[in-house]
Amino acid sequence: MSNQVYPKDKEILPGLQIEKVDDRIMTLNVGPQHPGSGHMRIIIKVDGDYIVHTDPDPGYVHRGEEKMAEYRNYITNIPHLERPVIHDSCNILYPYCLGVEELLGLEVPERAKYLRVIAAELNRCVYIEYWLAIYGIFLGHSTMFMWPVGDRELLIDLLDKMTGARVTHAYFVPGGVRNDVPPNFEDVCLRQVNYFEKRLKEYADVFYDNPILISRTKDTGVLSREDAIKLGTTGSVLRASGVDFDIRKKEPYDVYEELDFQTSVLKEGDSYARSKIPWLDMFESCKIIRNALKKMPKSGSVRVKLKPKPKGEDTEVYRRVESGRGALGMHIVSRGTPQPYRLKISVPSFRNLIAMPHLLTGEKLGNMPAVYWSLNYWPVEADR
Amino acid sequence: MSVIAPKFRLGYLVKGITDNIFWIIVLLTLIGIPVVQIVLIYIDFPVIDGEIWNPFRVFDAMTHPERALPLVKNFMQTDLFKVVAFPGFGFAALIAAAVIFVERKMLAKLQLRVGPFYCGKVEGILQLMGDGLKLISKEIIIPAKADKPLFWAVPVLFAATAGAFVALIPVAPGWVVADIDLGLLAVFAVIGFFPIITILAGWSSNSKFPFIGGIRALYQMVSFEIPLILSLLGIVMLTGTLNLSEIVESQSFFPWIVFMPIGAVVFFICILAELERIPFDLPEAESEIVAGWLTELSGMMYGLVQLGSYLKLYAFAALFVVMFLGGWNGPSIFPMEPMAEVITDGIVIMPDALVVKDIPGLPLFAGEMINGTIWFILKTAAVIFFILLPRGVFPRIRIDLLLKIGWYKLIVLAFVNIFIALALVYGGIIGPGGII
Repeated sequence: MSNQVYPKDKEILPGLQIEKVDDRIMTLNVGPQHPGSGHMRIIIKVDGDYIVHTDPDPGYVHRGEEKMAEYRNYITNIPHLERPVIHDSCNILYPYCLGVEELLGLEVPERAKYLRVIAAELNRCVYIEYWLAIYGIFLGHSTMFMWPVGDRELLIDLLDKMTGARVTHAYFVPGGVRNDVPPNFEDVCLRQVNYFEKRLKEYADVFYDNPILISRTKDTGVLSREDAIKLGTTGSVLRASGVDFDIRKKEPYDVYEELDFQTSVLKEGDSYARSKIPWLDMFESCKIIRNALKKMPKSGSVRVKLKPKPKGEDTEVYRRVESGRGALGMHIVSRGTPQPYRLKISVPSFRNLIAMPHLLTGEKLGNMPAVYWSLNYWPVEADR
Repeated sequence: MSVIAPKFRLGYLVKGITDNIFWIIVLLTLIGIPVVQIVLIYIDFPVIDGEIWNPFRVFDAMTHPERALPLVKNFMQTDLFKVVAFPGFGFAALIAAAVIFVERKMLAKLQLRVGPFYCGKVEGILQLMGDGLKLISKEIIIPAKADKPLFWAVPVLFAATAGAFVALIPVAPGWVVADIDLGLLAVFAVIGFFPIITILAGWSSNSKFPFIGGIRALYQMVSFEIPLILSLLGIVMLTGTLNLSEIVESQSFFPWIVFMPIGAVVFFICILAELERIPFDLPEAESEIVAGWLTELSGMMYGLVQLGSYLKLYAFAALFVVMFLGGWNGPSIFPMEPMAEVITDGIVIMPDALVVKDIPGLPLFAGEMINGTIWFILKTAAVIFFILLPRGVFPRIRIDLLLKIGWYKLIVLAFVNIFIALALVYGGIIGPGGII
C-alpha cells in the first residue's frame, strides 16, 4: 500500500509527504450490499476524499453458463444463454446463432435477417435505457431514473408483440427467428420508434445539458485513446475515447452492411463522453430500425426447418456482434456431437471492467459512481 | 382493489366494526380523559361571577358545547396552546406532513408516474400515516459497538432542535412562541446546533459510511452557515432590529426582496445546502455512502430524524418568508371585524340566567390573525415548492464543487448584498430619515 502511486493531483495531495500512508487510509467495501455497487464488490481505499486503491471483486452472480452449455444441445442452449444479460437478450443470442448456423451450414431466410436486426436494435435500446436509468440514479438524478424506465416500456411492448415475452425473449434460433411478427407490426413499430426518438431528445434538456452533470462528469475518469486500446475496452468506452470501432461496421453480419447508419465517436474519453455515447447510439438504432422496416421483404419464411438434435461438424467457430456494451463474441468448439464441446462467451463487460482500477485510482470518492457506471458494465454478464 | 373477499360474511363485517368501536371507546377513556385532566391543570379557569370554573363544570360544559367557549378561549391564550398547537409544533408538523405528500405527488408527476395511490383511497393521502405506522412498528437496531447514549440522543436532539427553530418563527401578529428581541441571533444559534448533531450521529454509530456522511455534513453546513448569516445581515442593517416580528412589521409596504434580491438568492441556495436537499444532498448520497449519517438509524429513530428535517424545511421556508417576503403582510382577504362578538354575546351559560357579558372576541376568529396566517401559509407554500423543485431536475453535486460555491461565490455575493444595504442606508433612501 505504501508504494501506491497517486497518478493524479500529485502536488496537492498531502498524503505523499507523510511517512506512514497506511494510517490515513480507510478501506471501504462498496458492495455487494450497497446502493451504488450492483452485483459486485469494489474494495476502495480512500485517503481523505481521494481513492488511492481500487480492487473490483466480481463473481457474486456466477452461474456457470459455459459449463451448462456443454450438457445441452444446440437448441436447448438458447433460453439459458440469454440469462447473463436479460435486458440485452437478443444481442447475446446473436453470436451464438451465427456460430451455430456456420457449424450446421444453415442459410437464414432474408426476412428473418431483417427481423433479427430489428429485434437486436430494439433490445439494444432497451438495454441502454435501463443502463441510463441506473446512471441517472447513481448521480442522484431521480427523474433520469424514471424517464428511461418509462420510455423503455414502449420498446418492451414492441418486443412483446414480436416475441411474446417482455424481457427474456429467446427469439433468435439457429436458422432464423422463432416466429413471424403480427400483421400490423410494421406500422406500430414505426410509430413507437418515432415517438421514442422524440422522447430521447428531451433527455438532453433534463440530463445531458445540465450544468451540474457536466461539472461532475467532465474531465473525470479520463481514458486516453492509447490506454483504451491497451486495456482492451470495447463498445461505448472505446468509442468515447476516440476509436471508431463498431462490429456492425467493421465486420458486418447479417444485413448490417445494407443499412444506413453511422457510429458515434467522441474524443474526450471522460465520464461525460462515455455516458453520452450510448444515448447517441440509440438515435442510430432508431435509424437502423426505420431503415430495416423499409427494406424488409413483406413476406416469406422466417426459419429454416431443423432436424431434432442437429450435430455440428468437427470444427470450431468464433463469431462476434456489437451488443449494447461492445463486442460480444462466442467461441463454439464442436466434436460432432449434438452438444457443443466447449462454449466460451467473450463478454464486453469484463473487458470494460479491466479499465476500472485504472480510472478510479486517484479520483475523488464522489466520482466513484459516475466513473463506475459510465464503463457500461453489467455485473451479471461479467460473471456469466 | 375493490374485490370482496371470497369468504365475505356480513357478520364478520359487523363484528369488525363493533370491535373497532369498542377499542376506540376503551382507548378514549384510558388515554383521552387523563389527557384532558392533564391539560386542565395548565389552564387558568375563568372566574365568572366570582365563581371559579372547576373541572366538574368543564364536564358539564362538555354536554353543552356552547358553554365551553370561554374555556376554549382561555386555553388559546395559554403558552401550552402556542407551543403545542398553533404557531408551534402542531402547526409545523401539519405543514410538514402536507409537504411530504405534495413532494411525493409533485415529484411523481414530474417523473411520469403516479406516486402514492392506494393508501387512503383518495390519491394516497394517508400514505404518510402508513409510513409512520411502519416506522413505529419496526425494530430499532443499535450497532454493537456504537456509543449508545449518544446514538439514542441524536434523533431526539435533531427533532428537538428543529422544534426550537420552529418556535422562533412569527406566524401572525402576536402569534409566536418565543418573541425575543434577539430573535435572529437565536435563529443563528439554533442553526449552529445541526452540524454538531450530524457529526455526533456519524461518530456515535461507529461505522464508516455514517462517519464520512457526518464529516461531509459538517463541511457543508459550516461552510454554508457563513453566507447564510451574511445574507440576512443586510436586512438587519436596514431595519435596525433583530426581532423577527419587528422585521415583518417593517415590510408592511414592500417586502425586502425588492431591494435585496441578491441576498434572497444567496439565502435560498444556503437553505438548500443546510437542508441537505438535492442538489446538495451529499451527506446522504446513496450511491456513494449508502445513506450518509443516517445509515445506522432504524425504525422510529430514522422517523424522528425525518420529522426533524421536514420541520427544519418548514422553519427555513418560513424564515425566508419572514425575512424577504413580508411575513404575514398582505391584502385583506378576511373581514377584519371580529366575528366573535356576534357569536358569543348573550349566551346563557347557566340555567339560572348567568349571562356572560364580557367575553371579547375569541382569538381564533380575530380577522387580523386569520388574514395573516393565510398569507403566511401561502407564501411559505410557494417557497417550499421552490425548495422541492430541484429534486426533480438536478443531479447531485460533488463535495469540492459545493465547497467552492460556498466559499468563493456565495460569500462574495453576500458581501455585495451588505454593501447594497449600506448604500441604501447611507444614501438616505431607507432607514432613519430616509425617503421611504
